Amino acid sequence: MTAPLLEMSGISKRFGPTLALDDVSLSVNGGEILALIGENGAGKSTLLKVLSGAHRADAGSMQIEGQAYRPQGPHDARELGVAMIYQELNLAPDISVEDNILLGHSGTGGGLLLRRKQRDRVRQVLDAVGLEDLDPRAIVGEQSVATQQLLEISRALASDARLILFDEPTSSLPQKDVARLFEIIERLREQGIGIVYISHFLEEIREVADTYSVLRDGNNVGSGKIDDVSDAQIVSLMVGRDVDDLYPSVPHQPGETWVEIDQLCGSPYPENVSLSLRRGEIFGIAGLVGAGRTELLRSVFGLDHINAGSVMVDSRKIAANVRNRMKAGFGLLSEDRKSEGLAQDLSIIENLTLGGLNQYTTCGVIDLKRREQNALRWMQQVEVKAHSGHQLISELSGGNQQKVAIARILHQRADILLMDEPTKGIDVGTKAEIYRVMGSLAAEGKTVVFVSSYLPELLSVCDRIGVMSRGKLREVRDASRWTEDDVMAAAIAIEENIPLNH
Amino acid sequence: MLNKIFRSQLGPLFALLCIVVMFAIADQNWSVGNFLSWGNIRVMANGAALIAVPAFGMTLIIIAAGIDLSAGTALTLCGTVLAVRLNNSEVAAGDPGFGVIMATTLFWMILTGCACGLANGVLISATKVVPFIVTLGTMTIFLGIGQIISGESTVGPPRGNIPEWLKQLNVTGKNGDYLIDGLMIPTSVLIACLLAILVGLLMRYTVFGRNVFAIGSSESTARLCGINVPLTIVSVYTLAGLFFAIGGLLYFAEVKVANPSDGTGKELEIIAAVVLGGGSLSGGRGSIIGTIFGALIIIVIRNGCTLLSIPNTYTHIIIGGIIIIAVIVDQLRHGSPEWFFHLIRKT
Repeated sequence: MTAPLLEMSGISKRFGPTLALDDVSLSVNGGEILALIGENGAGKSTLLKVLSGAHRADAGSMQIEGQAYRPQGPHDARELGVAMIYQELNLAPDISVEDNILLGHSGTGGGLLLRRKQRDRVRQVLDAVGLEDLDPRAIVGEQSVATQQLLEISRALASDARLILFDEPTSSLPQKDVARLFEIIERLREQGIGIVYISHFLEEIREVADTYSVLRDGNNVGSGKIDDVSDAQIVSLMVGRDVDDLYPSVPHQPGETWVEIDQLCGSPYPENVSLSLRRGEIFGIAGLVGAGRTELLRSVFGLDHINAGSVMVDSRKIAANVRNRMKAGFGLLSEDRKSEGLAQDLSIIENLTLGGLNQYTTCGVIDLKRREQNALRWMQQVEVKAHSGHQLISELSGGNQQKVAIARILHQRADILLMDEPTKGIDVGTKAEIYRVMGSLAAEGKTVVFVSSYLPELLSVCDRIGVMSRGKLREVRDASRWTEDDVMAAAIAIEENIPLNH
Repeated sequence: MLNKIFRSQLGPLFALLCIVVMFAIADQNWSVGNFLSWGNIRVMANGAALIAVPAFGMTLIIIAAGIDLSAGTALTLCGTVLAVRLNNSEVAAGDPGFGVIMATTLFWMILTGCACGLANGVLISATKVVPFIVTLGTMTIFLGIGQIISGESTVGPPRGNIPEWLKQLNVTGKNGDYLIDGLMIPTSVLIACLLAILVGLLMRYTVFGRNVFAIGSSESTARLCGINVPLTIVSVYTLAGLFFAIGGLLYFAEVKVANPSDGTGKELEIIAAVVLGGGSLSGGRGSIIGTIFGALIIIVIRNGCTLLSIPNTYTHIIIGGIIIIAVIVDQLRHGSPEWFFHLIRKT
């Protein structure tokens, strides 16, 4: 028996205090398609990055066809025959197809780009991915997303890749192009190329993959032939976590319905989402990355353009722009804390009071002293740890930054708090504090909409949970009537029903 | 509080002091020792005021993460409007009826400046084209408009048509007529100081000022907080236009003639003053007091070089060098640039 194409064993990778990969092993044969499965943050992307040379593992070894494989960087990995197709495309949009394919390849003559000499090769790799009609001189940016993705694959082929890694390749593709992509992947397999395929969609995995490997919290938790397991089994492998007492609960009683979101449509997401929210409730929104959860929150907040639908507060329709929605009581905590959520070069006080300055002004002049006192009070309330209110946001830890961002929404006197991944990248202790803040807000009669990719927290903290998938709100139930498996099943929209246990 | 403001601007102040000391020593040793005389200080202060006033406008723009390359030609366009109106006046200064003409002239001049800024602001907000490109375009447009108005020549209104107060704006001489008797401070400097205080307060104590900082620091955050970003941007450029107009007035008072093409290159001097004063071209950072120091640095170098009989050509090189050094030092203070780290790692 020959050695597998790729053999990874005992791979570990640590980022600061978090162990992203813990003794992970993986093996792929030529002509095999391995599906790498796991929740967001399970370590799939880190593993691919180690494989493609973007990160270096702290421990463990990798072999390609029995030879030790230690890529020094992405370029080196490519030379050694490992190519990665990222979620976001990595092509230079303003230059031609052939220049993109030849980019970074040796085989140029003394620094000169010998296009004529290479044209046959370019033609060959374009044909191999089914782009027979594409002119090599066409400009990449003018091609469709699907074509660009195939171009990425042909670029990988041009560098004689033996192993191609796909990171959620269908997330940016329209449905009709997905079939074509699968056809190409099938063709690659027939050529003996090994493929590692990451996707959240189980139906997709069933369609393409031969084998699977499930990661959870940076560990291997199961692998084998895809035909030997049921979807339900894969889902329980993916979640299967114990809920511990990290979720402090503040007693609160949901009251009357006061916010009505009616058939909200954006482009492309959200798709026809209707939802009513009650006072004093924490409403969770589950779903996979790219399911349209962020888009839903942004449309509700008036930040993203909508094509149709309305938002009503106390049976009053609120115009679709940020200022009016804020006046009506909405507040948004951005998922992108670094670049959108907070102005990094400004001080805590400045960030905290931004957008709520009008409460300190007389004739447009700000009462700086009162602003500072008030801001400090809010800082204490959410327990921001900082030297002073004048410290710059960029000097704070992620958790403290998030608290400032939350304090800002509170300072705006928001009654409907839209929180997009409020616990992302935050340590466990701070997470618990954030849950407590949410609980006490609900107890005050405010409404919290809590988007998260981490199911245990949603199940523990929320009163009701809705699951989104491909832009639609699939199902809303009381939190007690959801299980992780159900949520996962709804999120990946499996057609056949997993037996529900309630 | 003043203490705090100064402390945040220690860098530019320190640079200014170093340069002053350097020139003072050089002047004592190799020249006649006029550099630190009151007369020369007045000359330098007046020169700095001419740069600082339009630079206040530029400071606002740069804090909002913008740039205005049309500042120079907008400034001389305003000066040209002023000169042409005075030139065409049939009433001499001091005669009855001149007051009305002067008032409308000033009105038109300020309107011109604000219109230039408004045009920039609207174009930038509406088209989303980067400010650099928009103002690169309007820079030559304003130059062209100025040349049309002036008939493609230098406009020098007869001395009788220029009111006394305008002639006195930039007086720096020993026996000059100063605004405040006995206090020998050029009027231009007084105007600059007054404006500096007003803008300083505007940036610090008003919602508008804080919003400008927020937009410059992170536009998406500003939008998230419900700030009307396009309106604020348009206001910033329009307000800057007002400062360019006042700058045009001071410049006209200095040279008593108007030539639209004088403005080309001025924008770089204005931007340099802001950058030397700690303004960051990526936005969110900059201060009025810093800009004053920046303007002083440029003027002190130019004036010092003249006194030392260093040819103009070398002055350009020195000023250019200082700008680059100042920005590198500033980058080092605010989180080192990438290359610096690489340098450390290698050694």
